Amino acid sequence: MARITAGVASSHIPLLGLASDLNKTGEDYWRACFAGYDWTKRWEAEQRPDVVILVYNDHASAFDMKIIPTFAIGCGERYKPADEGWGPRHVPDVIGHPDLAWHVAQCLILDEFDMTIINEMDVDHGLTVPLSMMFGKPAEWPVRVVPLAVNVVTYPPPTGNRCWKLGEAIARAVESFPEDLNVQIWGTGGMSHQLQGPRAGLINKEWDNRFLEDLTANPERLRQIPHIEYLRETGSEGIEMVMWLIMRGALGANVKELHRHYHVPASNTAVGHIILEKRP
Amino acid sequence: MSKDIHEYLAEFDDIPGTRIFTAARARQGYHLNQFCMSLMKPENRERWKAGEASYLADWPLTDEQQQALRARDYNRLLDLGGNIYFLSKVFSTDGLSFVQAVSTMTGMLVEDYQAMMLAGGRSPNGVRSKKDKR
Repeated sequence: MARITAGVASSHIPLLGLASDLNKTGEDYWRACFAGYDWTKRWEAEQRPDVVILVYNDHASAFDMKIIPTFAIGCGERYKPADEGWGPRHVPDVIGHPDLAWHVAQCLILDEFDMTIINEMDVDHGLTVPLSMMFGKPAEWPVRVVPLAVNVVTYPPPTGNRCWKLGEAIARAVESFPEDLNVQIWGTGGMSHQLQGPRAGLINKEWDNRFLEDLTANPERLRQIPHIEYLRETGSEGIEMVMWLIMRGALGANVKELHRHYHVPASNTAVGHIILEKRP
Repeated sequence: MSKDIHEYLAEFDDIPGTRIFTAARARQGYHLNQFCMSLMKPENRERWKAGEASYLADWPLTDEQQQALRARDYNRLLDLGGNIYFLSKVFSTDGLSFVQAVSTMTGMLVEDYQAMMLAGGRSPNGVRSKKDKR
């Protein structure tokens, strides 16, 4: 049977992708930021997951204002990197896992999560930057990916608690897939950042670090954080952290923190990254 | 979390220097944001760069939205229903990074904004709530 073995959370800042693509990760500005992912790259090479369920948000790339799905799951064979206005990233195509994705989609709908099903789309930095951070610059990505896109742009996005429950339902769905697969779930985005208005540039290290800490120490607190708290404390784009709770919800009660990294700034944003191992 | 949509939305207006992309803004800015999306295509970027006024004539935008676009007044564009991820197509076409474009909304010089970020970013102290001044 398929099983979720670990959860990974990471920021997905577009400039991280650019730094990787242009081989700038050794420059002074980037060295400390990327160094926090060195351990992760070694760990992923040992873990060799078969599939990553990659929770992210689209940034006006595949979805415009015509259609705004709250939760969408990619069931396609493959996805191309999106042209976000400056040409697509030169990274490999993302290979899907349609059998697992359709299985999860069907289970979620019966479990009362009414998913939008996507067969064709391009994937933007929200999805491809985490792949670069975890795997570097391979000729092909070493995993298959089930994209899970969440609306965190048009209000209201889903609540943190709803995200958590979706994660629980994803775990149940994966566990009923008959093929023997090592599956990781990644939650991406965050941490504190605001990209708009006179308050742009807001960073809240204290709040971010308490969030990282409570992913293991007090996850029940995180489920109940209202949108207004994310907005006031972590900037208008910090709301992306509700996507980390899908990852956390999928791991169950017992997790062990394996690795953590926090760095300010990358562009306008606080970089946060954590690896949680699922325990029985 | 409040389940009353009126209470939920009313709290957003209490955050200093921030425009939350609510349904009302999404409606007001629908065509503005879809115009921005059109710049995802290289041939449209070329047409836009060749003549902004004639390209804008194809879109049902208000005079205010057109003027704010021509002026690259991003705070004004947010007020007129623009969303930052959509507006990013405009400043990317101009060759600006997020830091360069975002700094124009803060009233700071880009060098000062970058220095603030390197020093740890803008503190949330004093900019969490207008009414509570915290």
